[in-house]
Amino acid sequence: MPACGGDLKRYMMQPLTNRAKVLDLKPLNFMERLYLPNIMNGMWITLRHIFKKKATIQYPEEKRPFSPVFRGLHVLNRDEEGRERCTACGLCAVACPAEAITMEAAERMKGEEHLYREEKYAARYEINMLRCIFCGLCEEACPKDAIYLSETFAPANFTRKGFIYGKPDLLIPDPKNEPGDFSLAKGQIEDRKEKVRKDVTA
Amino acid sequence: MAEDIKMLKVTIDNITVDVPQGTTILQAARMIGGDVAPPAMCYYSKLKGSGGKCRTCLVEVNKGSEADPRPMPKLVASCRTGVMDGMEVKNITSDRVVDARNGVVEFLLLNHPLDCPVCDQAGECHLQDLSYNHGKEGTRYEFSRRTFEKHDLGPYIQLHMTRCILCYRCVYVADQLTEKRVHGILSRGDHSEIATHIEKSLDNDFIGNVIDVCPVGALTDKTFRFKNRVWFTKPVDAHRECTTCKGHVTLWQRGDEVLRVTARKDQWGEVEDWICNTCRFDKKKTSDWVIEGPTKVDRHSVISQGHYTGLKKPEEIFKAVHAGRDPKLLMDIHSVSEVNRPGIALSELPGPATSETFNVDKKS
Repeated sequence: MPACGGDLKRYMMQPLTNRAKVLDLKPLNFMERLYLPNIMNGMWITLRHIFKKKATIQYPEEKRPFSPVFRGLHVLNRDEEGRERCTACGLCAVACPAEAITMEAAERMKGEEHLYREEKYAARYEINMLRCIFCGLCEEACPKDAIYLSETFAPANFTRKGFIYGKPDLLIPDPKNEPGDFSLAKGQIEDRKEKVRKDVTA
Repeated sequence: MAEDIKMLKVTIDNITVDVPQGTTILQAARMIGGDVAPPAMCYYSKLKGSGGKCRTCLVEVNKGSEADPRPMPKLVASCRTGVMDGMEVKNITSDRVVDARNGVVEFLLLNHPLDCPVCDQAGECHLQDLSYNHGKEGTRYEFSRRTFEKHDLGPYIQLHMTRCILCYRCVYVADQLTEKRVHGILSRGDHSEIATHIEKSLDNDFIGNVIDVCPVGALTDKTFRFKNRVWFTKPVDAHRECTTCKGHVTLWQRGDEVLRVTARKDQWGEVEDWICNTCRFDKKKTSDWVIEGPTKVDRHSVISQGHYTGLKKPEEIFKAVHAGRDPKLLMDIHSVSEVNRPGIALSELPGPATSETFNVDKKS
């Protein structure tokens, strides 16, 4: 033991388990000094893995299927007629543990009935993706089925400014004018949710 | 004199109190306080003649009085039933009462629309609290809910007749506080509605108090309409010199903006002092008021989610650790964010924000 050992021991943490092993400092015997068996053993492990199924995939050409409960980027939903569902009730913002959601409400005027579903709507709606932890509580809190987490990752960005997502970034495409984009954005979320629901009840 | 008033002994939920003669069961229960006090949707202690309409305060009297100990055959409305000496009352300890109250709540919700996400009263709505405590998750009602033609009640008060539970409180306020009552209940039965006969605006002084007494979101403040949710605003007690009223109010602030002014409310949700229209609708600047401090909000209320009272901030040690240097600001949120922009004062708008409010802002 080194001379300073006694001092060192004072700073060492007391053992939390009894699984600690005493270091064996005996000189190596002949077989151990050869190293060959150990090298062979290591090479055998490597060789075995060459023939195993590869764990990696070629992202982004290849993508893994998302789990049915995957929580990705937020989408602000529209109804069948393309009207925004959000009424700025603030339940997502109050549910948000990261305080990432802010909004400002406005009253629907005459002639805007085709744009907004209810009397009141979110004139501005922002999610700070720097704060968001993708917990999905906003989706759970929403009484209007207006916000849900989609099956995409939030894209990377070079500046912090790019992570403040406003309504143009979050709103789903109009199902009437752009039905293709709408169904793409919506993904299989409804089917998957249905499946999860069935699994849970079964 | 005090000796003239006969004191009566009444036991509510096995708790005995002595109350003066003429007290109602509800008032006696409120003297005990806590869960013993039955909920009340129409009764308002500060309005003469109120009560007896909503039936949420039903209680069971299992001993009428010392002289006549027979139980009362039916559940009684505690807000309209006087206390007798030796009376024994069961409120939450009675299954009959709890069951009846659940039924009453279901009746109240029959025609009440489920538009809490839109309603400005959400978060401080008595019907919301009541239905959370007593209501069922779903409704058994299969018919369409009643609808009404829209009535405009002027620039200050917004009426949503579909939300009304016909408690008559606003009618009593207009009768007892203002010079002339111009609104009332028109029609009968299912068609009864709060309205003015031939479109009149409610602009009597003190008429703004109908907003505070309304237990639901039927009468709301038009100057606060859709500006923010109640639980995101910070309630502070404030006062000002007012010639018509006492001037003791609660300001509902967002940052330094005063979004709404209401009267102060006690633990039963009742107004402490009535306030005048000038205080309520016209004084929307922080400089108009002397701020006393944050309002105490019940811990169970959603409004307390902002934690404005009893907040202890941890000591900021950044400067001490970094030799007096301030933390580097990596991004000013207002340079990116469109929400809560410093230049726009929602409190200065006379009514709700519309797309025009926000379009004008975009051009500038």
